[in-house]
Amino acid sequence: MRIPFSALLGLAVMGLMLLSSVLAQWVAPYGLNETVGKVWENPSATFWLGTDQIGRDILSRLLYGGQVTIFVAAASSALAFSMGAFFGFLAAVRGGWVDTTLSRIVDVMMAVPSLIVALVVLSVLPLTLPTLILVMGVLDSTRVFRLSRAVAADIAVMDYVEAAKLRGEGQSWIIFREILPNAMSPLVAEFGMRFIFAVLFISTLSFLGLGIQPPDTDWGGMVRENKEGLIYGKSAAMVPAAAIAVLAIAVNTVADWILSRTSSLKGGRNG
Amino acid sequence: MADLLSIKDLVIEATSYPPGEKPRTVTLVDGVSVSLEKGRVLGLIGESGAGKSTIGLAAMAYGRGGVRLTGGEVRLNGRNIRGAGAVTLRELRGREVTYVAQSAAAAFNPAKKLMEQVIETCLLHKIMTRPAAEARAVELFRKLGLPNPEGFGNRYPHQVSGGQLQRAMTAMALCPKPDLVIFDEPTTALDVTTQIEVLAAIKEAIHDQGVAAIYITHDLAVVAQVADDIMVLRHGKTVEYGPTDQIINRPGQAYTQALVSVREIAHVEKPDAAPILTVDAVTARYKGTNFDVLKRVSVAVAPGQTLAVVGESGSGKSTLARAITGLLPAGQGAITFAGRCLSPDLAGRSRDDLRELQMIYQMADTAMNPRQTVGTIIGRPLEFYFGLKGAEKAKRVAELLDQIEMGKGFAERYPAELSGGQKQRVCIARALAAKPKLIICDEVTSALDPLVADGILKLLLELQAREGVAYLFITHDLATVRAIADKIAVMYRGEVVRYGQKSDVLSPPFDDYTDLLLSSVPEMRLGWLEEVLGRRRMESAGN
Repeated sequence: MRIPFSALLGLAVMGLMLLSSVLAQWVAPYGLNETVGKVWENPSATFWLGTDQIGRDILSRLLYGGQVTIFVAAASSALAFSMGAFFGFLAAVRGGWVDTTLSRIVDVMMAVPSLIVALVVLSVLPLTLPTLILVMGVLDSTRVFRLSRAVAADIAVMDYVEAAKLRGEGQSWIIFREILPNAMSPLVAEFGMRFIFAVLFISTLSFLGLGIQPPDTDWGGMVRENKEGLIYGKSAAMVPAAAIAVLAIAVNTVADWILSRTSSLKGGRNG
Repeated sequence: MADLLSIKDLVIEATSYPPGEKPRTVTLVDGVSVSLEKGRVLGLIGESGAGKSTIGLAAMAYGRGGVRLTGGEVRLNGRNIRGAGAVTLRELRGREVTYVAQSAAAAFNPAKKLMEQVIETCLLHKIMTRPAAEARAVELFRKLGLPNPEGFGNRYPHQVSGGQLQRAMTAMALCPKPDLVIFDEPTTALDVTTQIEVLAAIKEAIHDQGVAAIYITHDLAVVAQVADDIMVLRHGKTVEYGPTDQIINRPGQAYTQALVSVREIAHVEKPDAAPILTVDAVTARYKGTNFDVLKRVSVAVAPGQTLAVVGESGSGKSTLARAITGLLPAGQGAITFAGRCLSPDLAGRSRDDLRELQMIYQMADTAMNPRQTVGTIIGRPLEFYFGLKGAEKAKRVAELLDQIEMGKGFAERYPAELSGGQKQRVCIARALAAKPKLIICDEVTSALDPLVADGILKLLLELQAREGVAYLFITHDLATVRAIADKIAVMYRGEVVRYGQKSDVLSPPFDDYTDLLLSSVPEMRLGWLEEVLGRRRMESAGN
């Protein structure tokens, strides 16, 4: 298997970010809410990435914040995926009124900008982690639904699916054994994309103040806390912003590689 | 006189990427030499993978997706064009060499009118002015026997039939007055009755325009009608090369002899018996249409016998299969199977109904889940219908693999690791696993090379003799019908126009359609095309 350099780099960056966040408790030089320096100190040997608006170590907060950002994004995209893929496959296999009903519901959901829906819903519901994940997951599942429905519709017309129907197989065999294994590659690639959107989404929500609430923090929240510093030429807000960008690019390169492998698999014929 | 095209010791290579292994170079064509004079037709024949299309395209120094022309020379009009620069190649392609592809439907841009596409090359290469090119196109349309030649170019590709589109592509290739035209299986995708017209039109146009042509096909009977010389290819090497007469009538090599004598399976017709499947006045239509695809179709299949359903595309033969299997519930009429009246739709059928009525598809590729091993594919019906598990199942899978003449080592393989013939064999094993009483075979040999198809037919006949299974065999190929049928139903536009024992159906007096169908099947001898066309002309003059 040949892995292109970009994907390899992406994998490495992803792995590093994931690992350092998970191990934040042990690798972070300072505590999450420990005030250890002056306000907005520049990066130095003591504070590798400087300090924030009340003198906390940015590197430590970045690691702890990464935990939240990555967990929320992963959980909500997993939720989006299970929901979207399940209903998408169901719509493709069943067709008829099931398909029409599900598709129209998704159309309506997609017609309204998800950020606005999220803002409205989150300002009504109590702001807890599960609510956040649920709201983001449901909103994101519409896109997964569209993709899995299209992928499954392509597969559902194959002769081997027809052969399974003629054999008398039930819906679950057809979905999980005939369709799912063949739909995996595009869905895995899509998972990467959805994960990135979830990272951006939770960051946006936190930036607007409706995401993670202090004393906890995430990358979007860190940008918000430090944004005033930009006026004074302090780079503190740029660090979490850069982390978001780097993670997005890394996941993207990996997703791209998986997707390119999918297309070559499709056309991969012997001789 | 110097040859127009002369290929010497051509070597063509490509890089293959086997999963889990290092990429390696494979030789597709190895040391092939051909020469072609102006006005002559060379036939390239071989099974899939023989390298015939690759050689054909090499005549315009083109290698498809990653294919490289690595050795030898390709001389066109006296100069070596192998490895020539992009500018030179762009100049000569379309001006000196043109190409006719197999699938005209895929080769035309659906958004442009035919005329625009037919004269495009002439205008691009500034060979003639637009009015001159259009006049030439109309003249070619007329020569190719297209209806309303003046207005034909104003149509869009979807507004004409497949045979007409194929002829339009021939006009496109001939329009810029090339020296050489490459025909890549131009009639393979067409029905036999259409094929004969297109074949005649192409042959006439080639001779009329005095161009040289390379005619690529896997059907020796077809190439015998148009080619002056034939080259038989196998695995990228020349098997035999000589004048058509010699190849057809006095083949020197064993492989060529096998190709010539293919489809000569002796099959003794069985006497009629009480049927296991009766289709009685079945009418069916697709959802959302108001047109009956099947019109009061009645046929019957006797146990252990074969009913061949013959017809062109659109005749309703596959729809009949869908109605019998319940995928398309019949609107009217009754289907009786093994003494039981079958529910019209799939959902209403018992597990035994499903088990005893199996189906084999035309494209074995898409009939098997690419993510399942052969063992899983064959094992699933065993598990599903008979509840077999573990060692018991593995033993039965091995038995079935043995029946289809494949070793038990194949159980671990994935469909992508099998050849076309092996794939179809696995599909047969999957059907057999259910211990069916009737198998519907939908064009099961039409995607296969003649020799491989022969093997499949022999296997099916053998299994029938051993297991006593009945076949409903759908095909458009009359040679196949002769080889396996006990009874024949000829379908045309949703109706059965002729039905009975094989010997009755295939002997005169014929109805008009059966006559047309039977006489359109290419025969393996020289001059057949002229003979048939001459006879038809006389008959129409007589009327």
